Amino acid sequence: MVEHLREADDLQTQKTKDPGEDTMVETKEWVKRQFYGETIIDVQNLDFYYSKKQALQDVTIKIPQDGVTAFMGPSGCGKSTFLRTLNRMYEIIPGAKATGSILFEGEDLLKTDPVILRHKIGMVFQRPNPFPKSIYDNIAYGPRIHGLRNKKKLMSIVEESLHRAALWDEVKDRLKDSAFALSGGQQQRLCIARALAVFPKILLMDEPCSALDPKASDRIEHTARELAEELTVLIVTHNLQQAGRVSDNVAVFLAGGELAEFGPTTKVFEDPQDERVADYLQGRFG
Amino acid sequence: MTQNVHGHPDLKIRMKNRNIDRYVFFVLALASLVALGTILYFIFAQAAPFVGKLKIVPEEISTVTKWGENYTPTKFLDLFASRWSPASYKHQFFGMVPMIVATALITIAAIGMAVPFGLSAAVFVGEVGPRWIKDVFKTVLELLAAVPSIVYGFFGLIVIAPWVREHFNVVSGQNGFTAALILSIMALPTIASLAEDALHAVPNTYREASLALGATKWQTIWRTLIPSASSGIIGAAILGMGRAVGETMAVLLVAGNSAFLSWNLFDSIRPLTAGIALDMAESVHYSAHYHALFALGAMLLLIALVMNWTAEWFHVRLLRRQGIREG
Amino acid sequence: MSNDQLEIQKEQDLMQGRKKRSATQWTAFTLLGIGSLFGFFFLALILYWVISQGASAISWEFLTTAPSNLAREGGIAPMILGSVYMTGGALLVAMPFALGSAVWLSEYAWKGWWLRAIRVGVNTLAGVPSIVFGLVGLGLFVVALGFGVSLLAGMCTLAMLSLPILIRASEEALRAVPRSFREGSLALGATRWYMIRTVVLPTAIPGILTGSVLGMARAIGETAPIMFTATAFMMSNPWPHSLFEKVGTLPYHLFGLIKISQHYNETRHIQYGTVFVLMVVVTLLNLTAIIWRTRVRRKKAW
Repeated sequence: MVEHLREADDLQTQKTKDPGEDTMVETKEWVKRQFYGETIIDVQNLDFYYSKKQALQDVTIKIPQDGVTAFMGPSGCGKSTFLRTLNRMYEIIPGAKATGSILFEGEDLLKTDPVILRHKIGMVFQRPNPFPKSIYDNIAYGPRIHGLRNKKKLMSIVEESLHRAALWDEVKDRLKDSAFALSGGQQQRLCIARALAVFPKILLMDEPCSALDPKASDRIEHTARELAEELTVLIVTHNLQQAGRVSDNVAVFLAGGELAEFGPTTKVFEDPQDERVADYLQGRFG
Repeated sequence: MTQNVHGHPDLKIRMKNRNIDRYVFFVLALASLVALGTILYFIFAQAAPFVGKLKIVPEEISTVTKWGENYTPTKFLDLFASRWSPASYKHQFFGMVPMIVATALITIAAIGMAVPFGLSAAVFVGEVGPRWIKDVFKTVLELLAAVPSIVYGFFGLIVIAPWVREHFNVVSGQNGFTAALILSIMALPTIASLAEDALHAVPNTYREASLALGATKWQTIWRTLIPSASSGIIGAAILGMGRAVGETMAVLLVAGNSAFLSWNLFDSIRPLTAGIALDMAESVHYSAHYHALFALGAMLLLIALVMNWTAEWFHVRLLRRQGIREG
Repeated sequence: MSNDQLEIQKEQDLMQGRKKRSATQWTAFTLLGIGSLFGFFFLALILYWVISQGASAISWEFLTTAPSNLAREGGIAPMILGSVYMTGGALLVAMPFALGSAVWLSEYAWKGWWLRAIRVGVNTLAGVPSIVFGLVGLGLFVVALGFGVSLLAGMCTLAMLSLPILIRASEEALRAVPRSFREGSLALGATRWYMIRTVVLPTAIPGILTGSVLGMARAIGETAPIMFTATAFMMSNPWPHSLFEKVGTLPYHLFGLIKISQHYNETRHIQYGTVFVLMVVVTLLNLTAIIWRTRVRRKKAW
């Protein structure tokens, strides 16, 4: 679905120095590109209910491919719920229902096989949740689901995933150790590596830094930016500064499950169209 | 049927979402219902033929003569006669009443003795005693509950029965009272443990409010906690009763087992469970006696189930107060 | 009275009240303490009695030979074996159904009619008296299915009896597995069964095993269900030799020594010995399960 590109500026890459940080962050400006770029997920009129209570109201959004898109909003606004509809993880909750359509790869993912869907859309959770197995077995879990038994191939996938998650150097000598021997930040990167080991197109991150200290958070953010070069990263966060650092586009949900605004991050932060979004941003910043 | 996953040639999707595992486990889960259904079916199916089987009666009352003996068909009400002598020559009696009375006497006496001790233990361990005593207590209760009933029976026979005979001035130590004593020890773990749970479930705010008003700890326990926990405690007592009703080996060895109706706890009496066990060995398959024993079983099952459901009802009330619902 | 005197009177009344209340409390607590000791007291008494009377009967011969001379002499080895076979077999028969039920209840069941029905079934089964199991075992396994009074019939009857305990313990072990493991597995594209097989079950195994041990401990002491379905006293060949023949078991042997044998008083030492062995087995099994359970709880890294 590549649309007219003639009017869009090319991808401008600027290196800006983030206030308060020592690292250089690449901010990609997609000034007009966002609506003409490739859409990877096309959400149309999504409603979501937990039994009788409505958590998402008529959400319509075209999520762009590649880069980091952040989803934010006040507590209980449905941003995590939204994320979980994308990989059908809400199905383990009794009484949860989603109506509308979400187009992905030409099909409505609300109606296709969720097991296959989850091979293409991976997820990292709020609290690190490694399995009670070794580091190696945690990461090899995904490939093994696909029936991969060859030890050499498994090892190469494990190594590659750990590199991509920026964890290889720290654990390369102790792959057989229990995953619980790692610190919180390391466990979360392990979970990222685990999710990457099935080579998804999209990685969902549900407030991945909320249980971590600032230094560990920082590393996760770094990893997210790097991963965004190869796949689409969708991140839910309640931390405005984090959203500013990490994301290219941002979607703001408001209480009740309404999508109030969506656009490039700098644009939304500096000049929000919706008054309530402006209030929200002000309240969090000021 | 296999597609490549984004990015890696070695990973081919093989897994599809099937539902068969759900059905397999469902069928396995039906085992409990099947077992229960089988039990209900067999007990009642073998009890029902009692009506219409033949029993021997004196000449005056008989309606059927066969081979010179006098027989008459059994009726349902025969089960509620006040005499049980299925093997006597002239006139067979199949009355459950002596055994029902015995069960009732022993059970009520047993629970009457067990509840005070169980409750005081629960209160002491939960509210009054030092912190470490709770774990010791729970372990002791678990070990007590683990003792097989025949060991309790043997213990009752060798140790308790002579003691009862001496101190209560009765002819034999094998009587309903000894059985009640043993049963109370056996029911103690259940009652104490559940009562402790019930007390634990009372919210701390009750305790704090009472103490803040100037009540002593004892007054708080006596006037506030125990009444609040009453549904749980009653549930515990009834569950203990259910266990006592179903107990066989212990009472078989110490209750004396005379089949005559008696309202005196210190007489030799025979509860339902012992009645079934004793006669089963000697009854002829498919005779009136055989079916009467299944009828005894049916009666026993009914009583036990009613108690279980009543206890469950109280327990649900307790859970509801905690804000939890069984799902 | 003057104001001061009224004040003093009030204070004295208060002090009196307080003293009375604390005296009441003290009495009450002491009584409670004594009352709660009863459980400890009887446990200690029973243990002491079993050990003191029974230990003397134990010898290598006792544990390895068969009864002789109308069970007045010899040992109880065949009964130990018979009990072990019967309970082991019962566990083998019951475990697939118990584990299957536990998995369904914990992992698959939605809030529905069937869930409530099966829960009622399990709870009701738990309340059925053991002798009723014996009656049903007789009607179903011995007669209707034609197993006869046999080891097999006993195993099946005990399996039915153990079902509720095993289901409850297994379900508890499964529910103890944190939800986050399940979510992590599903999010990677595992099917429900794959998730259960690779994450939930391996984590729950210690708890399930503990439950099995407890189930076994309960079944091994049961007499009523096996009285007319499996076991016998003073058999010509007391060693367990066939699934379709009767077996000697520990609890029933004790019962036989007391009620069936004509030599009740002469066999006293054998009775104590049997009780001793039975109690040792049951207590060991229970303690193993309890200790294991505590260790597993402490070791949990999550």
